[in-house]
Amino acid sequence: MEILSKVHAKNLVTWSKDKPEILVLSADLTSSTEIDLFRNTYPDRFISFGVAEQNMMSFAGGLAREGFFPFVHTFAVFIYRRAYDQIAMSIAYPNLPVRMFGFLPGVTTPGGATHQAIEDISLMRSLPNMTVLECGDVTEVESVLDVAHAVNGPVYIRMLRGDIPRLFDPSSPMVLGKPRLISRGNDITMLTSGICTEEAMRVTPTLKGLGVSIHHLHISTLKPFNDPAVIEAVSNNRYGVITMENHSIIGGLGSTVAEVMAEIGSSGRLVRLGLRDTFMHGASRNYLIKEYGIDAMALVREIEKLMDTRFNISEELQKEDSVTIQNSNKEEAL
Amino acid sequence: MGISISEIKRVAKGIRRRVLEHTIRNNGGYLSQACSSAEILSALYLRIMNLGPVESPIVPLPFSGVPGPDNPDYSTGAMFNGPQAPHLDRFFLSPSQYSLVLYATLIETGRMHPDGLEQFNRDGSTVEMIGGEHSPGMEVMSGSLGQGLSQAAGIAMARRLKGETGRVWVFMSDGEFQIGQTWEAIQTISFYKLDNIGIYVDVNGYQCDGEVSKVMNIEPIKERLESFGAGVFRVDGHNIDELIAPAKLQLDGKPIVVLCYTIPYQGIGILKEMSPKFHYIRFKDDKEKRRYKEFLRVLR
Repeated sequence: MEILSKVHAKNLVTWSKDKPEILVLSADLTSSTEIDLFRNTYPDRFISFGVAEQNMMSFAGGLAREGFFPFVHTFAVFIYRRAYDQIAMSIAYPNLPVRMFGFLPGVTTPGGATHQAIEDISLMRSLPNMTVLECGDVTEVESVLDVAHAVNGPVYIRMLRGDIPRLFDPSSPMVLGKPRLISRGNDITMLTSGICTEEAMRVTPTLKGLGVSIHHLHISTLKPFNDPAVIEAVSNNRYGVITMENHSIIGGLGSTVAEVMAEIGSSGRLVRLGLRDTFMHGASRNYLIKEYGIDAMALVREIEKLMDTRFNISEELQKEDSVTIQNSNKEEAL
Repeated sequence: MGISISEIKRVAKGIRRRVLEHTIRNNGGYLSQACSSAEILSALYLRIMNLGPVESPIVPLPFSGVPGPDNPDYSTGAMFNGPQAPHLDRFFLSPSQYSLVLYATLIETGRMHPDGLEQFNRDGSTVEMIGGEHSPGMEVMSGSLGQGLSQAAGIAMARRLKGETGRVWVFMSDGEFQIGQTWEAIQTISFYKLDNIGIYVDVNGYQCDGEVSKVMNIEPIKERLESFGAGVFRVDGHNIDELIAPAKLQLDGKPIVVLCYTIPYQGIGILKEMSPKFHYIRFKDDKEKRRYKEFLRVLR
C-alpha cells in the first residue's frame, strides 16, 4: 500500500494558487493542521487567531459575507465543542461558504479525551445547511477541496494528516453524495467511513476467500445522505447491514444508516460498530480501535454473529502499514 | 456639517416616543433601551455614519424563509441602511434586544415606513422582537450576544483586503463585555489594526438580572479596553457633541471604542421607579399604564 506524507499541506498550496479569495484561518495549530506551507507561501492570505475559536468562527462568517472563502483549520474537537453556537448562528444559519477542516478525529489523535472528537458528525449533521464530509485516504484528501468548494453553503470536513495510505485510485476522486463501491456482494452489506474503511479492507479479502459475499461501501459524504446506492445496498443482503465508524454510534454513520433503513421500512438487521456511548482516554490508535471495537477483528466477530458461524481468522490482520502510520503520527506534535 | 444638533435631538425624542407608544400598546417592551440609546442611535444615523440614502421609507417585507441553497431570493435587512458601496459605511446592531429601538430609529430617520412597527412581533413578519439578519436595519445574526463584533470584524478585514474605504460601525451593550468572545474579538481587531471599525457601547449599567455591577462587574472598562489596544473614549451618551467628536478623529491604527455612559430612564423620568428591573418593561396594572399614557401626551 502506498503511504504518502503531508498530502494536505502540499495540495492546499497548489490548489489555491490562483484562488485569491481563499483565506486560511488558524487557531494556533498551524503545523499540526498542515497549513504551515500555505502560511509561508501566501502569508497575506493566512490569518492567525490564537487560541480563540469562537471569535475565529464568527469572524470567518464575516469574511464569507464579503465574498471570501475562509478555510478554517484546527482539531476537529475544537471546531464544534468550543464554538457550536458561533457555527450555528454566524455560519450555518446564513448558509455561508466557510469550510471547516477538522483534524485528528476520534481515535486518530495522540491526545486524550479532551482532544477526541467523537460526536462531531452527530452535531454538525444536525445543523441545517451544513454539509459533512470525511476523508478516508490520500485520494480523498487530494480531492476534498474541489468537492467542498463546489458546495453552496458551509462544509465540515473530517481530515487526515501526516502519513496516509492511498486506498483509492487517484483517477477516482471523491464525489459529493456518492458512496464509493469497494466490493459487490449479497451476504453482508458493510458501510464504513474514515479510517474504518482501511480497517475493514484488511479483512474483506480473507472473508471473501472464505466464501462471504460482502457489499462494501465507503462513505465520504455523511450529509447529504440520500444516494440510491445506499438504499439498494441496505435492502439487498442475506444476513444484515454493518456500519463501522471512528465516532459515537449515536448520531454518526450508524444512526444515519438506521434512519434510512427505518424510513424505507427495512426489516433487515443493522449492527453499528463505533463508540458505544462512551468517552475514551488517551492511547495509541491501534490500542483504541481494538479496545473500543472498531477494528478488523470486531468486524469479523459481528459478521460471525450475523451469519451464525466461525471463521477462525487470527488477530494477525494488523498489517505493518498500520504500525508505521501509528508510529509516525505519535511523533508529530499536537 | 450635515444634519443639525437640534435635528438629532428631535429624532432621539421621536425614538423614545415611538418606543413608549409601542410599549403602552403592547403592554410591554424594551423601553429603557430606548431611553439610554436614543441619542447614540440618532447621532450614528444622522451624523456619524456615512450611509447611502433610502429613496422613500421602506415597508418591511414578510419573512421569506431562512437562508439556504434553495432560497436564492432571500435578502437581509441591510437595505434599510441604504445601498452598499466601497466608500459607504456599514452598521451592525450587536444586541438584537435593541431591535425595537433600531426600528424606531429607522422610522424617525425616514428609512422605514411607520406602518412597519405595526408588524412588530407579528407571526410571519420580519419586524421581530429579537431581530434576525432579515429584520429592518440588520444584516448579521447577533441575538446570541457577543457574536456581532466578531462578525463585523471579519467584514472589516474583508473590506480592507478589498481596498474599501467605508467604515464598519458596531453598536454594543455593556453586558456584552462580560462575554469571552467580545474580548477575543477586541484582541483580534487590535492585533490586526482594524481601525476601520468603530464601536459605540451603551453603558446604561443594567442588564436582564439588574445592575451590571451587581450581576458581574465589567469596570474599569475603559482601562480594560485600553490594555487590549483600543482607543477608548468615555462620553456622556446623551450629549450629541460628545458622541460625535471621537468619530471625527484621524484614524491611527487603533479601533475606537466610544463608551457612552447613559441613564436607562433618560427622558422618561417615571421609569426610574422600575429600578433595577429595566431590561423589559411591563406595567403592573392599569393605573401604572395610565401614568405612562399621560407621560406620552407630554412627549408629543
